[in-house]
Amino acid sequence: MDVLLASRLQFAAAAMFHFLFVPLTLGLSFLTAIYQTLWLKTGDEDYKRAARFWGKLFLINFGLGVVTGITLEFQFGTNWRFYSQYVGDVFGSLLAIEATLAFFLESTFIAVWWFGWGRINPKINTLAIWLTAIASNISALWILLANGWMQHPVGYVIRNGRAELESFTAVLTNSFAWWEFLHTVPAAYILSGFFVLGVSAWHLLRKNETSLFKKSFKVAAIWTMIFSLYLIVEGHIHGAEVAEKQPTKLAAMEAHWETEKGASWTLFAIPDEENERNSLEIIKVPKVLSLLAFHDPEAEVKGLKEWPKEERPPVALTFFSFRIMVALGFLFGLLSILAFLKRNQPETSPRLLKVLIWNIPLPYIAAQAGWMVAEVGRQPWIVYGLMKTKDAVSPLSSVQVGLSLPAFIIVYGILGVICFWLIAHHAKKGPEPAENISVKPATETL
Amino acid sequence: MEMNIFQIIWFVLWGVLWAVYFALDGFDLGAGSLLYFLGKDEKERRVIYQAVGPFWDGNEVWLITAGGATFAAFPTAYAVMFSALYTPLLLLLFSLIIRGVAVEYRNKHESPSWRAFWDFLFFLGSLLPALLLGVAFANIFKGVPINEKGLLQTNLLGLLNPFGLLGGLLFVFCFATHGALWVAFKASSPLSERAASLAKKTWVITLLLVIIFWAASFVTTNLWENYKKAPILAVFPLLAAICYLTVPVFLNKESYFKAWAASALTIVFFTAWGVAGLFPNILPSSIDPAYSLTIFNSSSSPLTLKIMTTVAVIFVPIVLAYTFWAYKTFSYKITEKDIAY
Ligand code: HDD
Ligand code: HEM
Ligand code: HEM
Repeated sequence: MDVLLASRLQFAAAAMFHFLFVPLTLGLSFLTAIYQTLWLKTGDEDYKRAARFWGKLFLINFGLGVVTGITLEFQFGTNWRFYSQYVGDVFGSLLAIEATLAFFLESTFIAVWWFGWGRINPKINTLAIWLTAIASNISALWILLANGWMQHPVGYVIRNGRAELESFTAVLTNSFAWWEFLHTVPAAYILSGFFVLGVSAWHLLRKNETSLFKKSFKVAAIWTMIFSLYLIVEGHIHGAEVAEKQPTKLAAMEAHWETEKGASWTLFAIPDEENERNSLEIIKVPKVLSLLAFHDPEAEVKGLKEWPKEERPPVALTFFSFRIMVALGFLFGLLSILAFLKRNQPETSPRLLKVLIWNIPLPYIAAQAGWMVAEVGRQPWIVYGLMKTKDAVSPLSSVQVGLSLPAFIIVYGILGVICFWLIAHHAKKGPEPAENISVKPATETL
Repeated sequence: MEMNIFQIIWFVLWGVLWAVYFALDGFDLGAGSLLYFLGKDEKERRVIYQAVGPFWDGNEVWLITAGGATFAAFPTAYAVMFSALYTPLLLLLFSLIIRGVAVEYRNKHESPSWRAFWDFLFFLGSLLPALLLGVAFANIFKGVPINEKGLLQTNLLGLLNPFGLLGGLLFVFCFATHGALWVAFKASSPLSERAASLAKKTWVITLLLVIIFWAASFVTTNLWENYKKAPILAVFPLLAAICYLTVPVFLNKESYFKAWAASALTIVFFTAWGVAGLFPNILPSSIDPAYSLTIFNSSSSPLTLKIMTTVAVIFVPIVLAYTFWAYKTFSYKITEKDIAY
């Protein structure tokens, strides 16, 4: 098997698998913290049991998030040796800082939270879940600063045959990375919000623990609507950032072949890469692409033909992924408004509740599609404009990757099935009875 | 000159990260590898899981940080070492994956076959990393056959040479002792006594292995060269030996925590012995010393090293402080109530 292709597939499999668990970690940690804080504030046992219930689901998910992250951290060295050698001076420190600032905090306080019930003061216990949530999100910031640098490298000079750091400030203030952060993290909150709404809906339809799940539903409905509406606006600005910094990706996202002024926007197309055109286009709106990308109906939008074939990303995959993500983004906006309107009496709309159950997987699809846009659309570059993916791969034997790629797929496949089965199992089982949850009296100190 | 100082600081920090990683993850890997030998019934096995449950993830982060620090401070070494050791490294990662999932999932479903399945993976996922880390580090101490392009001129079997295997066995028994001491400290009778008496036996085996390993290292490695140049470094192996000899003293007094701490310090000083002998190499080449990766030919730029130093100086003490606090918070003896989950 071709080492480059196998390494790419292996990285893609490992990263996308990791990102099946990451979003729920990023969002459900905060929601759990919110429920637990509401319990501390109001003394309402429902909130205490809700915190334990959602926290347990969070924990099951967290386990796989952690273990799949470790392989990613090491894969830059194992499979992308020349990448690591060439840009390690800039890129490596971001990963190391992520571990130092975030992973220690996250892994320590998640344990303090879970094992601390009944052992430590509830206030400290609540602080622990907040710290876990904050640490996860700090980790997201640093890894996205790293990824953002690959998307739009800044603050470096080519010296000693490699990219060396010139301005750390420039790397930290990379606008591309910040837009990624401001997009990915809220996307994760949406996913988590819909997860809570969906699971609550399942129980509400069965009239199971209605009081607890109505309270869960209400908080999640407000949360989800805020981020869903925000993301539509941010996604648009994000697209404009891509248009400016990565014109080839934008052209692929829009299957836009010819450079033109006042470019029109196509709702749906079937790109034909062989013949450099779209074999089908449905609904073309004049000037809208120029308007969306550059906020000027007459602006020039570069088409794919502007670049030689070997510098273009795979068009169809990028285009379809982008369409799927955006379509789902608008669906989420709509659905979250409906859930918000029904936040006080969700049990009165069984149809909405059913839709919310079926909706649970959709944000996962949107998030995976988003990464496809970002990563496939960046090809053939591993660092946009600086280093090609094919020059980055390690000198491995085809036997090595030929064995490791199937090993990843099999091991991850089995673990993934077990994890989602376990989440579903505990989600359906519902919250524990209050008397099973031991709490240390708040009057006692540590 | 300024360059050299930061390179040396990062070499030291690199050694510290590995030392702390071995001393911490060593006990949960060791406890896992003893699951079948210590846990005679379901209740006792739960106690063993409970003894590592709050700690394994935080401990593993030291490995992630050691990897990340290698990437940040010595990117060329990270790139060459990890691609050269591709197969053993991926085996290590897969073992750690199943170990982590086993700890997290084992008690999340009530079914004997479910538990038996995870118990086996927990055992395997604890034993294998100890073995692989030992083989890897013994080979690094010895030098690996990398050529001028940084390509490994051998395969997995070539790494399983006698010295490598000796290192693997040493790590397995050393971690087993370390884990048994932790279980002795966390569990109550009779598991606690069983762990303590097992620790006494593995302590003897480890001692024999260390003696052989040290003797062999005179022949197979260049680690002692630095000790001839700077005899002061001999404090490391000396302290390792002293700490190791105090382990049975505390064991006999049933001061299990102190015995565990002495074992942890042994691991730290033993790692310091190896890393000090390695200096200035990170990955010595056994083909030609000129092909070795050293802190001078594989490090990051001075600016990156400076930034990383600042981060380390500020955050490592904070990390140590709350890690210490968490260990203190969870240093109680495990009770019936704790294993109810
Ligand atoms: C936007 C978020 C995000 C993205 C793009 C990534 N990660 Fe991640 N990662 C997280 C967000 C996150 C997290 C939410 O912080 C996790 C998930 C579960 C967890 O425990 O923390 C995590 C865990 C996690 C861990 C385990 C930490 C521990 O033991 O506690 C490692 C080593 C990595 N990640 C490394 C990576 C690497 C090398 C990535 C890129 C190739 C990557 N992650 C992409
Ligand atoms: C977790 C979220 C992520 C997902 C789902 C994801 C997805 C992908 C996909 C699908 C590919 C394959 C592209 C192709 O081969 O055509 C890829 C490649 C890659 N991505 Fe990401 N990515 C993620 C995060 C990151 C981050 C945060 C980084 C850097 C810090 C990164 C660095 C890379 C590298 C080095 C490759 C390999 C080279 C390549 O084939 O392009 N990825 N990723
Ligand atoms: C509503 C409209 C949306 C728009 C206009 C939009 C826009 C974009 C754009 C332009 C990118 C590519 C950025 C790049 O290449 O770096 C992107 C990436 C991404 N999108 Fe969306 N998006 C929308 C909704 C969503 C939703 C609903 C989710 C998930 C719940 C999501 C998840 C992601 C992720 C995970 C990425 C990759 C990370 C990144 O590049 O930030 N997006 N999105």
